[in-house]
Amino acid sequence: MSTRALAKEQPASFAFNADYTAQLNRIIAKYPAGRQASAVIPALDLAQRQEGWVTKPAVEEIAKILGMAPIRVLEVATFYTMFNLSPVGKTHVQVCTSLSCWLRGSNDVVKACKEKLGIGMGEVSADGKFSLAELECSGACVNAPVLQIGDDYIEDVDYASTSKLLDALKRGESVKAGSVTGRDGSAPAGDVITLGENPTPPQKQDFTAAKAAFEKAKAEAAAKAAAPKA
Amino acid sequence: MPKLTIDGIAVEVPPNTTILQAAESVGVEIPRFCYHDRLSIAGNCRMCLVDVEKSPKPVASCAMPVGEGMVVHTKSERANKARGGVMEFLLINHPLDCPICDQAGECDLQDQAMAYGFDRGSFHENKRAVRDKYMGPVVETVMTRCIHCTRCVRFATEVAGVPQLGATGRGEDMEITTYLEGALASELSGNVVDLCPVGALTSKPYAFNARPWELRKTESVDVMDAVGTNVRLDARGRQVMRVLPRVNEDVNEEWLADKSRHAIDGLRYQRLDKPYIRKNGKLTAASWDEAFAAIIAKVKGMNGAKIAAIAGDTVDAEAMIALKDLMTALGSSNLDCRQDGAALDASVRASYLFNSTIAGIEQADAILIVGANPRKEAPVLNARIRKRYLRGGLQVAVIGDAQDLTYKLENLGADASILAKIADGSHPFAATLKAAKKPMIIVGMAALTRTDGAAILAAAKSVADNCGVVKDGWNGFNVLHTAAARVGGLDLGFVPGAGGKDVRGILAGATSGEIEVVYLLGADEIDTAKLGKAFVIYQGHHGDRGAHRADVVLPGAAYTEKDGTYVNTEGRVQRGLRAVFAPGDAREDWTIIRALSEKFGKTLPYDNIAQVRARLAYVNPTFAGVDKVMPAEWKAFGVSGAIAAGGFVYPVQNYYMTDPISRASRTMAQCTEEFVLGGSKQVTGTHG
Repeated sequence: MSTRALAKEQPASFAFNADYTAQLNRIIAKYPAGRQASAVIPALDLAQRQEGWVTKPAVEEIAKILGMAPIRVLEVATFYTMFNLSPVGKTHVQVCTSLSCWLRGSNDVVKACKEKLGIGMGEVSADGKFSLAELECSGACVNAPVLQIGDDYIEDVDYASTSKLLDALKRGESVKAGSVTGRDGSAPAGDVITLGENPTPPQKQDFTAAKAAFEKAKAEAAAKAAAPKA
Repeated sequence: MPKLTIDGIAVEVPPNTTILQAAESVGVEIPRFCYHDRLSIAGNCRMCLVDVEKSPKPVASCAMPVGEGMVVHTKSERANKARGGVMEFLLINHPLDCPICDQAGECDLQDQAMAYGFDRGSFHENKRAVRDKYMGPVVETVMTRCIHCTRCVRFATEVAGVPQLGATGRGEDMEITTYLEGALASELSGNVVDLCPVGALTSKPYAFNARPWELRKTESVDVMDAVGTNVRLDARGRQVMRVLPRVNEDVNEEWLADKSRHAIDGLRYQRLDKPYIRKNGKLTAASWDEAFAAIIAKVKGMNGAKIAAIAGDTVDAEAMIALKDLMTALGSSNLDCRQDGAALDASVRASYLFNSTIAGIEQADAILIVGANPRKEAPVLNARIRKRYLRGGLQVAVIGDAQDLTYKLENLGADASILAKIADGSHPFAATLKAAKKPMIIVGMAALTRTDGAAILAAAKSVADNCGVVKDGWNGFNVLHTAAARVGGLDLGFVPGAGGKDVRGILAGATSGEIEVVYLLGADEIDTAKLGKAFVIYQGHHGDRGAHRADVVLPGAAYTEKDGTYVNTEGRVQRGLRAVFAPGDAREDWTIIRALSEKFGKTLPYDNIAQVRARLAYVNPTFAGVDKVMPAEWKAFGVSGAIAAGGFVYPVQNYYMTDPISRASRTMAQCTEEFVLGGSKQVTGTHG
């Protein structure tokens, strides 16, 4: 990660389209009056979904809508690496290179991406179709290594599966989110090695005898206490 | 009230006090970088860690409220070790450039590294480097030195009210910057330099000029506006190198406006360093004797009614009383200290003072501003209104142009006659004032300098009377002056005597030839074209408008070069001390007038400054109470009359150039270009 700043070349203007305006208004309405600045992250997200990246006019427009200083919006936009501050390709491929993914071979995944897409980290392909970026820990360590394409996580990838996947994307096919090895969510890969058999249900117990014994002891104690002292 | 023990000292403090504040109250100092008394608590530098018994970890004392029975150790081994660790982290990325850093010698990081720093680090990677940011003509940045305390960000957002500074990025890549690297557009921007605990933000005009240990420090009072900000003049040799604020809770807290801080380079240019006499239409250098002889030849024996005197905006009270006494001796009653022609009534003190006092702003709950722009006319006072505003429950309304005063306000319109409607109760804001517990009116010079200024003053008084602005223990009737000398002049009665002419009369008389001699004591803000054929004596320190028109120029001393008494807009008498000597043949102003009086054969009865000050106190006893505000008696004043419809002409159009010193200043010229004329070439990004 390096210093994040708004791209040099910026479009002249930005306005939310009708659909996103409605969505944003719904989000703003969730917060108490005067606290609309809380909607800044969803607002930036909507702007990014509309334009593909967060533009300077978008930052200023959001600041205006939410009644914030533009620098406050910029602070948020530069803080989160999920906000793209410069244009990205139509398909934005992000590889998680944080510790767990790296231990499980994210270097190979990065290599596959670079080879297949012909671009380096943080670059956009000449035709504008692909861009490649590093992803800070995606929080899916159990399925490491992880690729993020759009909103989807593609999990348990390696060199071969990444290459296959990118070829499919290049052909314009869509890819399925989730584990490429066919594993069920985050369930263990392969056979179950613990808790193999069905657990026995709890046994029904009869407390009548115990209760009777307790009542008897209680009555005896009461009788003893009540008896006149010898 | 919780009781706790700090380093073995038992202390009882109000609830919600932090450990750091409690420690300070018993004289235990805890190191800190991000914490500042007048800013919100950030708690991000971690330097103030202390050891609290029964707490598993060291506690950030700046952000931790005190609790009953806490036992705090600020100097235990664990606390020291924790701070040592914090210091090591701070120094990981801090460059080792103290020898070329302007902050060196007065750097918090340097000082605290002496106490907690270790002579080597355990981090062997490269230090990070950060690109410097442009923040305007007065703030120099070396961002690699920044330790991310965010004091500057909080100052800009909270005190200055210009949320332009922020921290972008995160972690190691966090950078302090203005939005798109524009200049920090605040009249108080210079204060971020004082707040910065390291050398990341330093003063641009002062860059590489001096080291703190070379400077001679003199306590003085600022004259760039009427707030009377307490300043410290740092001088080396014969030059004032910089101006810093002094803490005065009643006046400026610890802030200083940019003009007051940075106009001092103007003291080096355009100076009058010897007397001049106009010969054949040209000013030629002369000796004091020649200059006095020229005046005597012209003025001696003249009818006093043909002589007039106008005192300027930055003149000290000593010079004004000397000139007043001289004019009286010459039989003239054509005196005026209100060179802008404001309709101020010198006979009732309450009519020209900021009666609530500046600190009193913090009690106000409704403010009506009439014809004033406090942000430009008194930035430090404006910061006080903003401070009050941030606490909530303050309603501000303005009669005048739409303006951004850094707080929310209701603009009632630019028409001055609205004031009359508030006075008779027909305007809705009258009800707001009446409902307020401590309402306040601030009347500015833009209102009083109108030709119907006296009527506006009377209307403001009736608003005060009708809406409960003046009541037991509260006087919310305030006049906001723009000139440091004004209240002093009014207190001395430097106004027309019986049958005398005021500024407008003097200028009209000079044009018509009725007035033959005009003595300008540092008065440059008048229309010199109206002086006609009058013989003009200019006494002052800069070759500005007055000197250009003068027939005889007497070189005086600027405020840094004399012991002077000034009365601020609240009526607070304050004294400044001389930091350096005036250049060349220039002299302290009252001594010039004293010497001239001797030539007239009407020697003024004082030979030293103590005697002048005794005379001041004799003329007006308030001058005896230095650093005090005497409540003024509320009496009848003002001349009621019709208020013409129409707006105001504000006296401060360009904040950065209002007097001869700031007009001669290069820094102020750069500020004018950046903030008034609109943008410099240094602005990057998509500007323009």
